[in-house]
Amino acid sequence: MTQTNETRTRIEDERAYLLRYATLQLRDRSAAEDAVQETLLAALAAQAPFAGRSKLRTWLTGILKHKIIDAMRRAGREAPLPEESEDGSEFDVLFETGGHWREPPPTWQNPDSALEQKRFFVALEACLARLPAKTAQVFMMREHMGVETGDICKEIGITPTHCWVLLYRARMVLRLCLEETWFGAKEPPQR
Amino acid sequence: MMLTCKEVSRLVSQGLDRKLGFGERVALRLHLAICEGCANFSGQMQFLRRAARGLATAEDADERG
Repeated sequence: MTQTNETRTRIEDERAYLLRYATLQLRDRSAAEDAVQETLLAALAAQAPFAGRSKLRTWLTGILKHKIIDAMRRAGREAPLPEESEDGSEFDVLFETGGHWREPPPTWQNPDSALEQKRFFVALEACLARLPAKTAQVFMMREHMGVETGDICKEIGITPTHCWVLLYRARMVLRLCLEETWFGAKEPPQR
Repeated sequence: MMLTCKEVSRLVSQGLDRKLGFGERVALRLHLAICEGCANFSGQMQFLRRAARGLATAEDADERG
């Protein structure tokens, strides 16, 4: 069960990557550092895979995801979410009184080619940073980790309806943000 | 049964998180067939999911800074 010094070094080398990953999801540097520390300790106590760097990283990231969900669960308990005015009505301004789009969403040219570009993910991260922390967390749990909505509700103690509102809000903001900073970047942002 | 674009935007989002009822699905499909803005919106919501899945999994994500 003991790790060689070389394996320890390889695990330590992944710290920066894991910290970046955890910070992106938890939006809280010290919570992220705690999650990474717990991950590294768990990894050192277990038997690391012998294979290459990408296998090691995948394995460590798998452990980290559990630590991140634990951290979110703790955060949800410590600071219960307010229930007031959480209906997503702030986006009503995007629609006319009859419920039609004021500015209908335009076509995005070949969006999937963006997924091949690192710069796109930098832009997406910048957009995620515009979201309130809890909204971003719920979005990442749902869309990045693929956690079922019902499980997210239970993990962080909110109602399904509130969960849908947070996801709606996240998607509306991210769509507008990406349109402004990436897909519509030829034209100046309308402000 | 006619949905507004505002209602469609919410239903499209919820459709990614829960199984919509039969009536909701029919009404949504009818609207998306005739409304280009909402059809774009719907595609963009699915794109956001693919983009989120791809986040921070690039091998050298840590070298970006």
